[in-house]
Amino acid sequence: MNKTVTFRIWRGDATGGKFVDYTTEITEGLVVLDVIHKIQATQANDLACRWNCKAGKCGSCSAEVNGIPKLMCMTRMDTLNTDKPITIEPMRAFPSIRDLATDVSWNFRVKTKIKKFNPRKPDAEDGTWRMQQEDVDRVQEFRKCIECFLCQDVCHVLRDHHKHEEFIGPRFLVYTAALEMHPLDTEDRLAELKQSQGIGFCNITKCCTKVCPEHITITDNAIIPLKERVVDEYYDPLGWLWKKIRPKG
Amino acid sequence: MEVGPTTHYAMGGIRVNGETQATNIPGLFAAGECAAGLHGANRLGGNSLSDLIVFGKRAGEYAAKYAKENAAGKINDAQVEAAYKEAIEPFERAAGSGSEGPYQVQYDLQNMMQANVGIVRLQNEMEFALAGIEKLKERAAKVAVQGHLEYNPGWHTAIDLKHLLTVSEAITLCSLDRKESRGGHFREDFPDKDPEAAKYNSVIFKAADGSMKLRREPIPPMPEALKQVIEEMK
Repeated sequence: MNKTVTFRIWRGDATGGKFVDYTTEITEGLVVLDVIHKIQATQANDLACRWNCKAGKCGSCSAEVNGIPKLMCMTRMDTLNTDKPITIEPMRAFPSIRDLATDVSWNFRVKTKIKKFNPRKPDAEDGTWRMQQEDVDRVQEFRKCIECFLCQDVCHVLRDHHKHEEFIGPRFLVYTAALEMHPLDTEDRLAELKQSQGIGFCNITKCCTKVCPEHITITDNAIIPLKERVVDEYYDPLGWLWKKIRPKG
Repeated sequence: MEVGPTTHYAMGGIRVNGETQATNIPGLFAAGECAAGLHGANRLGGNSLSDLIVFGKRAGEYAAKYAKENAAGKINDAQVEAAYKEAIEPFERAAGSGSEGPYQVQYDLQNMMQANVGIVRLQNEMEFALAGIEKLKERAAKVAVQGHLEYNPGWHTAIDLKHLLTVSEAITLCSLDRKESRGGHFREDFPDKDPEAAKYNSVIFKAADGSMKLRREPIPPMPEALKQVIEEMK
């Protein structure tokens, strides 16, 4: 069944831009990215948009559909109200390059600042380790991340308060949690989580969890346990007293 | 829900030396799907990953070795200038002067290849496609694009067209020549395997006049070391 829809797409670059309406016919079974491609091919050959796998696994086609951060390839047209124009915007927490393509390189710079995985010495002479299955399972969820950066985009600490220099955002709290909870890792990342990485800025509104296309329980399973570790280390009065009277070593 | 077969993997590609992944252009190495031959007539699911891990490593190692042993080549400014001019040309063709956009040519090529050099192949259909490719080449040389140089998918498609046509022509030439069915290549007019056809590879090359030509080359005998491995695995 063919239907006519209007896409209100943000066109512009770092210097500014505006919404432009494109009206096109759609058939059954399409996703937003299909319609964007159709508009590219028929009405706006120069409409910039990143995409790759069309299967929700590469994390390239992140955008804001009717104001909600989504992967365009995983947003089915039949979930949207087509009676009204559908707005398509780039991720607003990152600088615009052109149209729907944003500069997400800040994320890559942040990642390099997180202490790398540092495993303990092998447990056995053959160079292998022994781990509890439970400990292995705990971090698997975090490794589903496809780095689409929708959680970074929705986070008000970055999006509205622009704390890019003081806060690493949900994506990298998930990344840090995966390292911190890894049964073999020996690094301690709590000091920087508290200081330069700004975990305290997160006030657990859970917007990141809501937009995650991989359904990672970002707030409950990654951020809150990290917050608890920071609190245990720095804000527990009994712990503080204990450390005073029984210094390490 | 509609389900249909589609282009999935190119089982032919740039000809390389199996040990070093070197092509016949000095300093150019190829590995993975763009390199030819590893999977024969049908790549099985999952095999490409092991292909690119093994041969990507080899290509990298030999490319590094080559780079250490050879001085950096001289850059030919005239060639750079010519390549730039060719790339930028679609912008200079004024829109509205009979030039069409690149997507229509791409769609027409896709539809023609799907219909005539697709899953089930026939001599006359493929000959029709070969003639069609020539017509599309003329159209591709005239497409116009507008806008800017940053993330301009219309421009990228205009540049891609030339290569899509090259690959389409190579596939069609090889499929016409191979009068048998094998792996992903199925011919309704030659439905069976021909044992003689298992003895050669189809090699596409650029003739002196610039046209695309095909020659058959005997498959090289299997090295002793590999034969031994197969024996051991039996």
